[in-house]
Amino acid sequence: MTDTAVTPERAPAVRKAAPGGARTPRRSGRRRIALPYVLLLPALLLELLVHLVPMLMGITMSFRELTQFSIGDWSAAPWAGFDNFSVAVDFNAPAGRALLKSFLTTCVFTAASVGLCWLLGTAAAVFLQENFRGRAVLRTLFLVPYALPVYAAVITWAFMFQRDNGVINHVLHDQLGIGDTPAFWLIGDNSFWALLVVSVWKGWPFAFLTVMAALQNIPREMYEAAALDGAGVWKQIRHITLPSLRPVNQVLVLVLFLWTFNDFNTPFVLFGKAAPEAADLISLHIYQSSFRTWNFGTGSAMSVLLLLFLLAVTGVYLLLTTRGRKTSRA
Amino acid sequence: MPDAARARTPRSPMAPPRSFLWTRRIFLTLVTAFVVLPVYVMVSSSLKPLEDVSGKFEWIPSTLTAAPYFDIWETVPLADYFVNSIVVAGAATVLSVAVAIFAAYAVSRYEFRGRRVFAVTVLSTQMFPGILFLLPLFLLYVNIGNATGIALFGSREGLILTYLTFSLPFSVWMLTGYFDSIPRELDEAAKVDGCGPVGALFRVIIPAARPGIVAVGIYAFMTAWGEVLFASVMTNDTTRTLSVGLQGYSTLNDVYWNQVMAASLVVSVPVVAGFLLLQRYLVAGLTAGAVK
Repeated sequence: MTDTAVTPERAPAVRKAAPGGARTPRRSGRRRIALPYVLLLPALLLELLVHLVPMLMGITMSFRELTQFSIGDWSAAPWAGFDNFSVAVDFNAPAGRALLKSFLTTCVFTAASVGLCWLLGTAAAVFLQENFRGRAVLRTLFLVPYALPVYAAVITWAFMFQRDNGVINHVLHDQLGIGDTPAFWLIGDNSFWALLVVSVWKGWPFAFLTVMAALQNIPREMYEAAALDGAGVWKQIRHITLPSLRPVNQVLVLVLFLWTFNDFNTPFVLFGKAAPEAADLISLHIYQSSFRTWNFGTGSAMSVLLLLFLLAVTGVYLLLTTRGRKTSRA
Repeated sequence: MPDAARARTPRSPMAPPRSFLWTRRIFLTLVTAFVVLPVYVMVSSSLKPLEDVSGKFEWIPSTLTAAPYFDIWETVPLADYFVNSIVVAGAATVLSVAVAIFAAYAVSRYEFRGRRVFAVTVLSTQMFPGILFLLPLFLLYVNIGNATGIALFGSREGLILTYLTFSLPFSVWMLTGYFDSIPRELDEAAKVDGCGPVGALFRVIIPAARPGIVAVGIYAFMTAWGEVLFASVMTNDTTRTLSVGLQGYSTLNDVYWNQVMAASLVVSVPVVAGFLLLQRYLVAGLTAGAVK
């Protein structure tokens, strides 16, 4: 299916084939043409089975009236047109309003989490760029949150956020004397902050790792030249390090955004199946509204809307960032 | 490490100013505290008796006991979960890396129709919300089971298949970048010596790309070991993995927090140890593959 739609893609092919001109087929030409497809076949089949076909099924299901009764034979369920979608975006009805609330919560949460992850990761990588005693130890230590399995880390945080026997209230209430009574962290409005802390703790090492790898590609001569010109460390960071990181940041921020926005594991393990309203991230919200009300059609419609939103954001983001880069170069 | 050796030679005649050193010191201290706190809570609580973890938190345990580490195997069938996780994550990793190597070799070394479409499609699956295809995939597995008798739902095989696909996009993308950085002259030379394209892959590309392959393997293993959503729907009592098993533990009415912490530590040790041992490959792999 992939090879029919791509005649315009010949242009880069020609460009790239040029340096390897010696590779013109010497033996059976047909075997040579088939080989890349044979190599790709396993990956293609798996992607089709686990990602693409289920996604198309999910889109079809969003146009059907699916409940626990019709789910067994889902392809025979009656068509519902856009009914599921109008339920999902009817902001005057409870279901639509809850979805909107969850969506807005997720937006604020994602912006805060991605921003903090990026900031912590970049700062830590820049501070560890130069060698000093203990650098290797810190570098390893900072990767521990990334290496820990999500559920083990989040369960530990859930224990720390317990009202009566957790370390957070022990420090805040018992030792620092904040608040008259120990606060609840995993229910009520505080749960947003608890979730944010866990998400940043878990997510920032990836930013750190990526930025650290990118920093190794900045030639040392640039710093030496800047130092000879009398630029101090802060100036070097501002004028050499940060600008050099721009292309990496472009990808990094996008990846962090997609992961955080779609994050299911963290709230699911932290709160159990029912997240408090203040920390009701969209994935968990859709999961609950499908599996608790057994209304799979509406759940699928919500997922499709989420996908469309992510596609739109990614498209606009790539358009803006690549155009910005082109004009700044010109 | 070569960069460490290089950095030891004075970078400039000017030492960094005090303001920089102090900012660095304060920042790194705070971040270290933030990172270490949960690890400390996990380790210290896992060594406390139940009364102590049920009462007010103590920084220094008043009583130390190793009992939680023995009890965890009795309270829940942790050993079974462990075996399931090892089989599922191990098989998913090996298969994912193998499939990714072939795909990345094709994308890196061949021009063919659909090359860009393949690359873009594979990468864009990264942004699918898992929730969108959870239910369809579940139904698909059930339908395949009914039609062919191949049990994908509730079995380890189904979970292996799912997980290996989860890490595939990133693995293909990273390995393609890595293979691109290996000079083509190397495989040309191998072909002159009589290797076929597959021979060149095995004799030249794979040995030269070892760091990248190790990095991709770590990533695949961690993805499979830590996944929760699909494991919670796609497993049954006999195929339950650690991610679901441990969760059930902490939602018991009376939570044995000391045992939960001990179990969390035990399930983390294999991945954390492996990751930290191999992290230099991950940084090297990222440098060559993803960050360009």
